[in-house]
Parts: sequence; C-alpha cells; structure tokens
Amino acid sequence: MLAKRIIPCLDIRDSQTVKGIHFEGLRKVGDPVELGAKYAAQGADELVYLDISASQEGRRTFTDLVTRIAARIDIPFTVGGGISSVEDAGRLLDAGADKVTVNSAAVRNPALIDAIAAKYGSQFIVAAIDARTVDGRWVVTTHGGKRSTDRELFTWAREAVDRGAGEILFTSMDHDGTKNGYPCETFARLAELPVPIIASGGAGSVDHIAEVLTRGCADAALAASIFHYNEIPIPALKRELAQRGIAVRL
Amino acid sequence: MIAVVDYDTGNLRSVAEALRRAGAEFTLTSDAALLRRAERVILPGVGEASSAMAKLRQRGLDEVLPTLTCPVLGICIGMQLLCLSSEEGDARCLGIFPTRVRRLPTVSETPQNPTGPANGPALAGDTPRSGSSAAATAPHTRLKIPHVGWDTIQGVRSPLFEGIPEESYVYYVHSFAADPCPATIATTDYGRCFSAALNRDNFYGTQFHPEKSGATGARLLRNFLSL
Repeated sequence: MLAKRIIPCLDIRDSQTVKGIHFEGLRKVGDPVELGAKYAAQGADELVYLDISASQEGRRTFTDLVTRIAARIDIPFTVGGGISSVEDAGRLLDAGADKVTVNSAAVRNPALIDAIAAKYGSQFIVAAIDARTVDGRWVVTTHGGKRSTDRELFTWAREAVDRGAGEILFTSMDHDGTKNGYPCETFARLAELPVPIIASGGAGSVDHIAEVLTRGCADAALAASIFHYNEIPIPALKRELAQRGIAVRL
Repeated sequence: MIAVVDYDTGNLRSVAEALRRAGAEFTLTSDAALLRRAERVILPGVGEASSAMAKLRQRGLDEVLPTLTCPVLGICIGMQLLCLSSEEGDARCLGIFPTRVRRLPTVSETPQNPTGPANGPALAGDTPRSGSSAAATAPHTRLKIPHVGWDTIQGVRSPLFEGIPEESYVYYVHSFAADPCPATIATTDYGRCFSAALNRDNFYGTQFHPEKSGATGARLLRNFLSL
C-alpha cells in the first residue's frame, strides 16, 4: 500500500539550516547535509530544502549545497525558495534535485508552472501555496504570508494542477507556527484534486499529523521544528501512526 | 566497467550518485563499442516512452541493447523500453520482457479490502462526520496519478532481491506500468497489480527507483553489481 509520507523541511540560509523562533529571529540548527542524512536514516520519506537566503551569494552557495545533498542523500529531495524561471529550475535539476517548489513567482507568473512542467515533467514541480482566511475565505498570500493577493486558494490550486503542477504543498498561515493542528476540512477539499497534497504548518503533536493524514486526506505531512528540536522524533512518530492504522514506511 | 546509458533523457545524476555511494566505477556513454565491452549496463530514463525510444533509435541502441550478454538493468522508463510496447505515445519497444506497458487506472480495479481503507481507519474518538463526510471520503475512490511515493513489493523472487524481504518499501514516480507476466519477479498493487520488477535471462528491470529507495534500493543495486 502506498505509504503516507513524512517530510522534514529544512530552511537554508547561507548554507546553514536555520529555524525562526518567535521574537528571536533565526537560529542555526545544523549542517543541512548532515541533518538531512540523519533524517533519512531515521525514516524520513523525503526531504524539502527551502532557500531563504536574501543575497545573490547565498543563492549561489545553495546550488553548491544541492550538489552535496545529491551526493549524500539516497531518498528523494525537493528544493525551493526564490525559483522564478525555467533556468532556475533547470540549474537545481542539474545539481541533483528530484523536484522543485514554486510559490510567489508562480502566483505572479502562472505560466512558469506550464513552462517547468513542459520541460521537465509534472513530477518535477510542486506548487507551494500559502493562504490565510479573510472573512471566511482562503486568500493566497506570497512572500512568506506578508502579501495578500486577489487569488482564492481552491481556484489557484486547481489552476496550478491544470497548468501541470504534480503536487500541492499547502501551508495555512493561520495555523503555521501555532502547533494547534491543521485545518483538516480545507485539506480534505484540496484532496479532491487529482494530485498528491502535502500538508504543512501547524503540527504540534502526533494526533495533529494523524488527523491531517486521515480526516484531512493529505498524502504527506511536512514539518520543521518538531523534528529539528526532537520534540517528535521521526521513528516514534511513524510507529505511532502505524499503531493508528495509517500506512507508513517503517 | 559499468556503463550507464546516456541517451539524453534527462537527469542521470541520481543513478550516478547511487553508484558512487556503492563504490562502483562507471562511465556515462551511448557508444556501442563501450556498451558491448561493459560488465554491467544500466538503462535509466525519465520522461516519455515514445520519445525515449526515438532517442535510443537515433543512437542505434535499439539494435545494440538486445544483443548484450552482460547483466543489464533498466530503471523506470528504462525498464519500460525493454517491454513489448507502451501505451505512452503508442511506442513499440525492445520486446525483451513479454509484457505491455499500460496507463495506471484512476479508479481502482483491485477489489477493496473492507478492513483496510486506503487512508487508514478513522481516528479513535473521531466523532461521526457531518457535512464534510463526502469531501473527506471522495479521494479514497479516486487514485492519484502519477503514482508517487513509497509503496510495497510482493511476490519477490530473484537474486536481485537477495536480502530484501516481502513488503519492503521502494520509491515510485510513474503513470504507466507493465502488466504481470512470466518474467515478473516482484509486483506492486496500485489500482491494479503491475510488474515492480522483471527479469529474463541477463536482463533486469525495476519500475521503481532503486537510486532513491534508501537502504533497500542500495541493497538492490549492490545485488545487481554482484550478479
């Protein structure tokens, strides 16, 4: 049976894994290659590396980092952050990435999804969507939730799939960082799309993850701090999910 | 020497990195003479079957590959090209494995096990669902294509799977799959039962990606290298 995937997410700035902490800014949490290898050995099904470097220099070193990840990691990994052209995506493919995520740039220029899918295939492109509720409506945001757009979540997700996105990675900005769980009704609606849905943002417990994988019908759950700070170690998480009857790779 | 067939179907890097991790020396080539001298040949491939087949023909490799006598491993599209034909682009393939490649179904053709729904049972303590119930259950009946992620293998039989038990998880990314046939040495069920791996004489193939399948995939590659 196809397993539900558990995906640690590593935010990368200037070749270091970092994690934002409320009121404290960014804290380094380890070497990205070593941390990724550790998660892979613990049973992570996939890894996501997001480049949050602000500088050109940071962007350049990220490509070098992807090369080192590809040499070491023997499970699939996705990279994203600032991809705004087919050339950006191609450079990361050549460096060894299995998939790329596009976010703000695709909202600005939806044809980017068509172009990447046409050149490299739908399996290579994940549409990352951030949204928050405004008056009961899910509004797509960009730039890490800082800017609201005039797009609605479900319409945009459908358009992204129609344009060739092979997976949807959805983060609720209402839930991200709260550790209060996922908006499962919203995920269940997204799950009607014909591509896998990755749930991100909000996990604080095993129950939350179990719920989004069952009631929310998500195909995968992505999280960062609960893994970085060992609050929920991956082996324990997967054992507990298996005990609840959820298909996971042990 | 191990030859990885380079016929311009995209990224060979992950296969190359996996061989490097296995400590194997290899060369990327489409040169017929080199392929004939190789001790092992790996035919990778991503993309679309008919265009991949056209690229093999352009290089004359459709003539060379079937004549090889060393162990040959096709991966994903590489495996599909060793079958009789593929529905993808209506491709006539090399015909080494006696089976056809067909599109995976979007609605399951496999009888459902009532005790094991695709997304697991409801959570303990889950309250009866109200209006959301239809939305929550609809995706169970419709399969997502491509088949992406880790899935299990059954009916494993071959030295290629030495030390790899039944129900091991391997990594898949595909929309087309080969029907089971006498050359099938492992199966997976996704909508219907398909060939996860094939073997006939010195030719082997896996629909999944051993180079991305963690320790299980690494073991399979080591097994192939020591056949």
